[in-house]
Amino acid sequence: MYVTKPTNAPSQVGGAERGSRYNRREWRLCLFCAVAVVVAPLAAAGQVAPSKSKQDSIARADSIARADSIALVKQLEKELGAGGDTANAPAAQGPRATGGYMNIGFVALTDAGWSSASDIGAIQRGDHDPHVNGFTMPNAEISLDGAVDPYFKGFSNIVLKIDSAGETGVELEEAYALTTSLPANLQLKFGQFFAEFGRQNPQHPHSWAFVDVPLVLARMFGPEGLRSQGLRLSWLLPTPFYTEAMVAVMNPTGGTASSFRSPDSPDIHGGVLDDRPINSLGDMLFVPRINTSFDLTETQTIVLGGSAAFGPNNSGPSARTEVYGLDAYWKWKPAAAQAGFPFLSLQTEWLWRHYDAAQRAAESDPLVTLPAEVLRDDGAYAQVLWGIKPRIVAGLRGEVAHGNGSAFISEQRINQSRISPNLTWYPTEFSKFRVQYNYDNRRDIGTDHSIWFQFEFLLGAHAAHKF
Amino acid sequence: MRLIQLCKGIGIALVASFVVQSTAAAQIRVVATTPDLAAVAREIGGDRVNVVALAKPTEDPHFVDAKPSFIVTLNRADALIDGGAELELGWLPPLLENARNGKIAAGAPGRIVASEGIRLVEIPTSFDRSKGDIHSLGNPHFMIDPLNVKIVARNIATHFAQIDPKSAATYSANLSKFNTRLDTKLAQWQQQLAPFKGAKIVTYHRDFPYLAQRFGLVTLDELEPKPGIAPSPAHLAQVIGKMKANNAKVILVQPFQNRKTAETVARQTGAVVIDAPQQPGAAANASTYFDSMDNLVRAIASGLGAQK
Repeated sequence: MYVTKPTNAPSQVGGAERGSRYNRREWRLCLFCAVAVVVAPLAAAGQVAPSKSKQDSIARADSIARADSIALVKQLEKELGAGGDTANAPAAQGPRATGGYMNIGFVALTDAGWSSASDIGAIQRGDHDPHVNGFTMPNAEISLDGAVDPYFKGFSNIVLKIDSAGETGVELEEAYALTTSLPANLQLKFGQFFAEFGRQNPQHPHSWAFVDVPLVLARMFGPEGLRSQGLRLSWLLPTPFYTEAMVAVMNPTGGTASSFRSPDSPDIHGGVLDDRPINSLGDMLFVPRINTSFDLTETQTIVLGGSAAFGPNNSGPSARTEVYGLDAYWKWKPAAAQAGFPFLSLQTEWLWRHYDAAQRAAESDPLVTLPAEVLRDDGAYAQVLWGIKPRIVAGLRGEVAHGNGSAFISEQRINQSRISPNLTWYPTEFSKFRVQYNYDNRRDIGTDHSIWFQFEFLLGAHAAHKF
Repeated sequence: MRLIQLCKGIGIALVASFVVQSTAAAQIRVVATTPDLAAVAREIGGDRVNVVALAKPTEDPHFVDAKPSFIVTLNRADALIDGGAELELGWLPPLLENARNGKIAAGAPGRIVASEGIRLVEIPTSFDRSKGDIHSLGNPHFMIDPLNVKIVARNIATHFAQIDPKSAATYSANLSKFNTRLDTKLAQWQQQLAPFKGAKIVTYHRDFPYLAQRFGLVTLDELEPKPGIAPSPAHLAQVIGKMKANNAKVILVQPFQNRKTAETVARQTGAVVIDAPQQPGAAANASTYFDSMDNLVRAIASGLGAQK
């Protein structure tokens, strides 16, 4: 959820009202999160200090409870015939030296820069992109993870971000559990999570190689990427090389299900929303993916993937959307790399969308009927990263995105392209400086130049990077 | 239609993989995170085990790519040996998350934590990254001390016997054989380095304290100002001054460390740069644990000897 529509449709009358209601809720959430984050580790370390009188009563209750439990343990010992020093219960041990049962991390990203575009939001569509000339704080992320019990691992990412109006928004970006011990190489994920579509969609901004989200991903999956509440089943195939097949079933609704039943969909099809409940499995969003990898040599690895997303859209009662994607990643790193350098990597994704728009009343003027039509979009990006020497990476990304002609002219579907060279310096794994130049070209609008700087720091646990 | 084709493809792949798997001998499949752990596992397991290491011998064990092929290797492993001292923190967790193998889950008999029972040094009293990339459990480069290796070998033998009780006697015999040989070798290595007791060495990273402690050498300083932080000219100038004042004449570097930086310092101080790979397999003809240690001790002794 986000405070205001970050990129477009500022003319909506209801927007301000909705915004203020969201703001209040967000502040409450904010406060709750802040309290939770401060209290949780303290509580885990056993350092919460209640008042004196409370302490006394707690101590009394404690000693009674302990006496009870010792009695119980003695009784159980007798019944089970167990020996050993069981009276030395965990409560008698001192507090744990380190932070409890989960890893806590915090990443904060700050952008700064300038663009020749008067409508920066239209070329920087991502929620974690720079939004304005000057400074942007698009992503401050609290990440929590750990083993839930022997059967599950839990992950959560709570994101705070300051929008172009200076308002702080909070979102529960991800909160999911992952099974650890299903049979037959299966694995379930459930909760709120990024759909595993292609390479970049499930990645957090911290692992992006560029300041902004690729054009094609913003076009297909909106400003925040494709994520929703659902269930994902994955199977690691018993092939000699890595092959993982997975399918997610997710809710098709909400602002993070662009291309499907997002409330922002009129920006794509121009019609009045056809809002309806989920009645059957067919009303859900399905995201299948197959991913495979080979080590070409000792020093080269390639990963290939194919993804799709099928679900209803809200242009009409039976209108549906299909998005397909192919992705490839190749990396070379010599056998005696120093701190992971030098390296060379190539990443590319190609996505295409078949958006079946039903005959619908135009949102701008309900007396106008827009005809049934198929909105076709496609786009691709390719990026090369060269780790020149320890902690210095040069990158170059080229991208294109196209949309076919339609009765409703959507500014999100125009033909556009972008070239972005950049340079990143990592003082350590916990901080980075990046500078990036963007050359944007939009059909009928023209070209724009932007320069963006980015600084990131990381505190606490640093989740290991996936390949 | 497409789905049917996909199913057919998967079916063929399945059958093919079963054929491949069934032809393999009934050895237990052991995965070690680093080549040094793998080398000890081979000594203990002998022909009863098939051991692979994930990190390459010439690779910085802190910075290994979490390649998807490792997920497959871990998925099919009967045992995993990891250091247990956070050396692999940057790459092992996501691999294990996707490996879906209960046999190597934490606490399972197939999960061998090499450092169990080893007294790690340099355990930080506070966690503060302004002091560099410190490991919260202590210095993880413990495999370079032969007496630590004895503990690791015992841990491995104990777990192998649990996983594969039929061969327990073999593992026990291999362990005794290994220990006997290690005792002889340790005496020999100590003898080789005895003339240099108290000699001052400089290392690139803080990766030789266990060796220095065992053989009576003194680590004067590291080229890195703090663990994991790249050498700065100001720090190198300090190190040069310190080396001159203390008459330190050798700099130890591993294959993945910047030899040029070490050579610059060596030129200023009249010291020699010693190639000191810790991992078996990094140097030619030194793929076993004993050959690798022989090679390392010989290199250090000759480097120190040349300066006498």
